[in-house]
Amino acid sequence: MKIGVPKELHIGERRVATTPDVAKQLIKLGYSVAIETGAGSAASFSDTAYLAAGCEIVSSAGEIWSSSDIIFKVRAPEPGEADTLRPEQTLACFLWPAQNPELLKKLTASGATAIAMDSVPRISRAQKMDALSSMANIAGYRAVIEAAQHFGRFFTGQITAAGKVPPATILVIGAGVAGLAAIGAAKSMGAIVRSFDTRPEVKEQVESMNAEFLMLDFDEEDGSGEGGYAKVMSDEFIKAEMTLFAEQAKDVDIIITTALIPGKPAPRLITASMVESMKDGSVVVDLAAEQGGNCELTEADKVVLKNGVSIIGYTDLPSRLAAQSSQLYGTNLRHLLTEMTPENDGNIVVDMDDEVIRGATICTGGETTWPPPAPKLSAAPPQAEPEPLPAPVDEKPSIAGPIIATAVGGLALLGLGAVAPPSFMAHFTVFVLACFVGYMVIWNVKPALHTPLMSVTNAISSIIVIGALLQISAADKVIMWIAALTVMITSVNIAGGFAVTRRMLEMFRK
Amino acid sequence: MISAGIVTVSYIAATILFILALGGLSNQETARRGNWYGIVGMAIALLATIFGVVTQHYAILLVALLIGGSVGILLARRVQMTQMPELVAILHSLVGLAAVAVGFANFMDPTVHFEGVELTIHDIETYLGILIGAVTFSGSVIAFGKLSGRIGGKPMLLPGRHWMNLGLLIAAIWFGREFVIQSAAGDGITPLIVMTVVALLFGIHMVMAIGGADMPVVVSMLNSYSGWAASATGFMLNNDLLIVTGALVGSSGAILSYIMCRAMNRKFLNVIAGGFGTGGGTVASSTEEQGEVVAIDANEAASMLAGAKQVMIIPGYGMAVAQAQHIVHELTTALRAKGINVRFGIHPVAGRMPGHMNVLLAEARVPYDIVFEMDEVNDDFPEVDVSIVIGANDIVNPSAQEEPDSPIAGMPVLECWKGNTTIVLKRSMATGYAGVQNPLFFKENTRMLFGDAKDSLDAVFKVL
Repeated sequence: MKIGVPKELHIGERRVATTPDVAKQLIKLGYSVAIETGAGSAASFSDTAYLAAGCEIVSSAGEIWSSSDIIFKVRAPEPGEADTLRPEQTLACFLWPAQNPELLKKLTASGATAIAMDSVPRISRAQKMDALSSMANIAGYRAVIEAAQHFGRFFTGQITAAGKVPPATILVIGAGVAGLAAIGAAKSMGAIVRSFDTRPEVKEQVESMNAEFLMLDFDEEDGSGEGGYAKVMSDEFIKAEMTLFAEQAKDVDIIITTALIPGKPAPRLITASMVESMKDGSVVVDLAAEQGGNCELTEADKVVLKNGVSIIGYTDLPSRLAAQSSQLYGTNLRHLLTEMTPENDGNIVVDMDDEVIRGATICTGGETTWPPPAPKLSAAPPQAEPEPLPAPVDEKPSIAGPIIATAVGGLALLGLGAVAPPSFMAHFTVFVLACFVGYMVIWNVKPALHTPLMSVTNAISSIIVIGALLQISAADKVIMWIAALTVMITSVNIAGGFAVTRRMLEMFRK
Repeated sequence: MISAGIVTVSYIAATILFILALGGLSNQETARRGNWYGIVGMAIALLATIFGVVTQHYAILLVALLIGGSVGILLARRVQMTQMPELVAILHSLVGLAAVAVGFANFMDPTVHFEGVELTIHDIETYLGILIGAVTFSGSVIAFGKLSGRIGGKPMLLPGRHWMNLGLLIAAIWFGREFVIQSAAGDGITPLIVMTVVALLFGIHMVMAIGGADMPVVVSMLNSYSGWAASATGFMLNNDLLIVTGALVGSSGAILSYIMCRAMNRKFLNVIAGGFGTGGGTVASSTEEQGEVVAIDANEAASMLAGAKQVMIIPGYGMAVAQAQHIVHELTTALRAKGINVRFGIHPVAGRMPGHMNVLLAEARVPYDIVFEMDEVNDDFPEVDVSIVIGANDIVNPSAQEEPDSPIAGMPVLECWKGNTTIVLKRSMATGYAGVQNPLFFKENTRMLFGDAKDSLDAVFKVL
């Protein structure tokens, strides 16, 4: 079958739905690929490069639309663009069926199969086809670049011969894919990054990027909605949130907002008064400009200067990094097509039992199949109820045992003291004290040194040689020889014990 | 000839030096100095005794010292670090033998004279010195045999062994009474000899009944006994230096035994009574629950290691058996050169002697600041990408925590399964010394690398 890629018609759109690299892979899948001439030029992919990859270059969009079985696009068709769609054709691009009911109706009427890249369900298996995440990643990165462009200072702090430069402080609101990408980019440029999100589970992700996660002084409310997106929060929560933003606005240099709730206008997070409170030269980048903006003063597709604060409302951030986003988007499309080409023979199969395909297909065979049934599994599983911790059982150690032991020991000592001669008691005192000294000293020994401890105590315990030395001068020959033998074996121990300890200790090194 | 006062002062100096020697072992930097304190202390004590007490037979004394000393140094030079437990055990036996010999010689010495209560106490001291010495001697010899593989590592469990121990104990007490009575009448050599035989039997029987995994407890217990034997001898000879030194060593060994028992969550008496895995029935329940093990080869293991950031190596007795510590070090160096954080997690009872693994790693020049105790690293496992278990089994067995019926239930273990992946190096699927199947091998995130630990690591190192 033939895949056709027309030039994007939307004004300012630089992306293209496939790149030469991706096209090679598509051809491997068994498809032939036709590109409208100049389709990739805005993204720096020349016709020659496509030709070299094995594509056919077609001179007009009309020919692409009429001769291809599958049409890959980035943006939804402009009015009049997709009029020639036939029932056996398949169209894959961003369609936003919720926002474009007219388009959905028209596509359904054509009888063709339409796959909305924005409707690919957010499940683990479909991550490689998740074009929204790819584009959000790029948008987040580009948002930082745009902010840097309009910000009059360094991001990183420096101590130079000409004085100290403080680092820029950046607040990223919404730590989704775009937010995290923005955090990463800003961090790597040396800025101090703070981030806020209504979903507590992203705290860890934010902190893993060495950014600070701002906590609300508020009873816990989980902002995680279905499919890993955020949901609308309660009024009290929003109030607390706004207080936090108002405080932060006075402090930070750059605010990047990425807050979106699926199917709803973007939440208003940064009010005009907050912008007013920001320092002169500060920057606000509003990634939600297309959905109405997170900032009250945002104007879509424009950079406006209000009270000395630049507010960037570009809606085409991915398109401003066209080569990169075309590559990632094209790869997402290719992954989707691979899923739909089970035989690797260049024939597309729309398997409506497949959860991913079912979710992304918005109409086929003249029927609207959108919205799909709820996905079975969300990207972030709902929080399991924490199991109640078993009440710790207070085991009071029986006090009777030690008391009895102490009593018995004490009585035994008293008995000993009553009968034993004073000379014995003197030795006994020394013995007991030595036991305690040993107890105190040995507990400080590192476990790593237990083996040397054993060998050195072994050497020291050969002090028993003194006993033999006292006897060696005896007149009795038997005693003398026993003593001599004892001296010999204990000296094995003395020499061996100390030598081996020394050998071991020499080995321990940092 | 130096005066008795000088001898006493020298003994005090020696005592202090011995205490400093043990104190020095509290960390690696001061340990070497500590050993020198011990050597100097011993030298002072010997010289003071030789010049202050010994009056004749200098030639024999010198020859005995020289022969013994050279044998000792030779042993210390020759011994391989993996054989340290055996060496320590055999050296303990010498202290026990010396205590027995000194006790007998003292008893036979006609110049030693006591009356009344003093005689009774002296006899009891002699008797105890010989008793503890004999148990230490025979127990250490058996421990040496077990550790060096000359005697099988399996516990030998005689029927009615608790009764036998009790019988031997009663016999020892009874002969002790006989000895004191007969000694007052100027005799007593027969009960003393009989008791010595009883004590030797007791030592043999006790250590024979203890399994291989309990050896760290046995070795430290014998260490303790050798100290008490010296201490008892000191009482017998009225010598404070022996009493103090013996007490130091005795309490050191006792504390080590306690630490080892705690590391296995077992009672000291329980270990000494012998026999691991004698519960029988409970073992079966855990062997039923098996699953699939995933075996990998050296290439996969190497790529897993290369992709890791945090690696934890858990050595066990198998590393000592395979002599794999040197290749472990090379592997560690290679991984560290790639910027991978490699650490070692050491279980207190890993190996056959307290601190066994530390010595082996030190021998292979693994820096000691990346070698950690179990309690220092156990909480870090969730951040560990790859754990390598080298010839260890029971110390990484999750059933100690998960199965209340398991024979090793409640024993603290290294929780490597909480990490990302665990690579287990093992010769076969055989169970550890405790005879307990290890569910770790069947966990999803565990990979088995079968074969001799040294060869396997060699292969992994080559691929890296």
